[in-house]
Amino acid sequence: MAQLLQHLINGLASGTIYALVALGYTMVYGVLKLINFAHGDVMMVGVYMGYATAFTLGRQEQKTFLGVVLIFLVAMGGCALLGFLIERFAYRPLREKPRLTSLITAIGISFTLSYGFQLDIGFLPGAAPRAFPEIIVPTEWLIIGDRDVVVWNWQVMSLLIAVGLMVGLQYLVFKTRFGRAMRAVSYDHRVAALMGIPTDRVIALTFMIGSALAAGAGLLYAIKDTSVSPLMGLYVGLKAFVAAVIGGIGHVPGAVVGALLLGLVEEFVVGYAASTWRDAVAFGILILVLLVKPGGLFGRVAAEKV
Amino acid sequence: MLRGVLPVLVALPVVILFEQLLAAAPFATYLLSIMGVNIILAVSLNIVNGMTGQFSIGHAGFMAVGAYVAGVLSLALKEVALSFLPVAVSDQVFLLVALLLGGVVSAVCGFVVGLPSLRLRGDYLAIVTLGFGEIIRVVVQNTDAFGRALGLSGIPQTAGLGMVGFWVFLVVLVARRLAGSSHGRSLWAIREDEVAAEAMGVDTTGYKVRAFVISAFFAGIAGGLFAHFVPIINPGSFTFVKSMEVVVMVVLGGLGSTTGAIIAAMFLTLLPEALRSAFTVMGAEGSLAQKVDQIRMPVYGLMLVALMLLRPQGLFGTREIWEVLPRWLPRRRKGLA
Repeated sequence: MAQLLQHLINGLASGTIYALVALGYTMVYGVLKLINFAHGDVMMVGVYMGYATAFTLGRQEQKTFLGVVLIFLVAMGGCALLGFLIERFAYRPLREKPRLTSLITAIGISFTLSYGFQLDIGFLPGAAPRAFPEIIVPTEWLIIGDRDVVVWNWQVMSLLIAVGLMVGLQYLVFKTRFGRAMRAVSYDHRVAALMGIPTDRVIALTFMIGSALAAGAGLLYAIKDTSVSPLMGLYVGLKAFVAAVIGGIGHVPGAVVGALLLGLVEEFVVGYAASTWRDAVAFGILILVLLVKPGGLFGRVAAEKV
Repeated sequence: MLRGVLPVLVALPVVILFEQLLAAAPFATYLLSIMGVNIILAVSLNIVNGMTGQFSIGHAGFMAVGAYVAGVLSLALKEVALSFLPVAVSDQVFLLVALLLGGVVSAVCGFVVGLPSLRLRGDYLAIVTLGFGEIIRVVVQNTDAFGRALGLSGIPQTAGLGMVGFWVFLVVLVARRLAGSSHGRSLWAIREDEVAAEAMGVDTTGYKVRAFVISAFFAGIAGGLFAHFVPIINPGSFTFVKSMEVVVMVVLGGLGSTTGAIIAAMFLTLLPEALRSAFTVMGAEGSLAQKVDQIRMPVYGLMLVALMLLRPQGLFGTREIWEVLPRWLPRRRKGLA
């Protein structure tokens, strides 16, 4: 029983991290109908930015509250900028071209980032994973029984951050002027432009928000995993995508539910079956979902209009 | 019938002649075999990514299926030979059986993967095929029969240039004949406008799945060939990197152009080797020659982005080389005798 509870907690904790990444996918998809393949890799770049900041701050400073906030700010800000640049120079010129071209571009950017960071030329970090500093010193937040169930402080923190961001995002999309603009662009960006909505700016901002979320999620993931490597973006990004599809891509709360589900399933597979199969689970689920309910739990498969 | 078989009949002796001539040059043979495998991969991927306009990025996964299935079968039948045939011929017969089995299993995998994802819009296929490649890797690493992470070694090295060449010609033939057939017309229609094609009565899902299965079959064959001329196969040979390499070949050659895929495959197989030897000849910087392999990957990524921004149709677009070349040659003046 205690074991089950522990797995439940661990699963939820990793699920919340997937959720933050999945939100970025879902937002960009909602606005552009483009699966931003490079999303996971933007996240990876953010983690390296955080790593570099922590390194510059030094062993003492990086553990203070201000230090942690600074690390998160640098990573999220840097990623927002990176997201903006990618959108401006790679996706925007292709917006009116066939969808295939933007998909190929996205794959190309993802590949450039994840394999570019494996080089060891100049500032690039090289292929070997590096230990991520313990910027949040892990402490037990809640212990039940004789250490049967342990809840760590970072698990609580990531849960709170993820839920907070989700609520904030829901508010942003449905209650603000910017959110209304986003929904209009999502519905039909040409008509939205005719109505005086600055579509380019809305799309760019959506990319920046999504990328910043990814950076935050990436840092939480790195704190959990205590390591950072150039290929982490590919795997975390893929799983987050699977989570977004489970929930129904383009659907904000759906992405969170899907991510929590995926986190739980993975944790149970690792706990009760075999840990080496963990990476295959997500894709098995993906294929199953596409077969049975391709729109995801909350989404619908819309007929394409001409 | 004869028209379809004739090219193979003509080409086969030429390739076998090549094999004999190059018997003394193992590296050249190896390089040409790799090139052949890459051509099979690129031309078969072009059927899905180019002609049908769907985007698969897990071709290495199907290659792995073919390689492992064929490899395991050949290992099991290592000591068996058909007594009524010379040893060399019997080896080739067994190789052919192993290849076909690998191709068929790979095609079945293609069906299982393709059916759910091809019902939906194109970008799902990209993710699902990518996921499929990962599943294959995980399965191989967890199965004793496939040698886990260590890989399989000791597979009989029976795939010569003749066999590779035979399959290269076969895949090119199939791709060309397909492109010109009514089946191919439907694929082109799906590529241009899926909704319109459906309105015209094209069974879009059916055609897409069939194209995908054909493509997966040849990827499996390529994998099987690969397994029979390299000393060892392990999961590292069939990663996302390999898939991307094939994607770059197809995109560079022009989505939909078979000859474009062939030329790009040849070019991208030779380029790293050429760069490596160029750096080695230039001397001194031995490390630079080693870095070629590392740098290759980000360069491929940048190449995709640059191609999409500057020349999305690739080298040849949907045309073949004989449609493009005449325009590049100096034009003959008409009317002046």
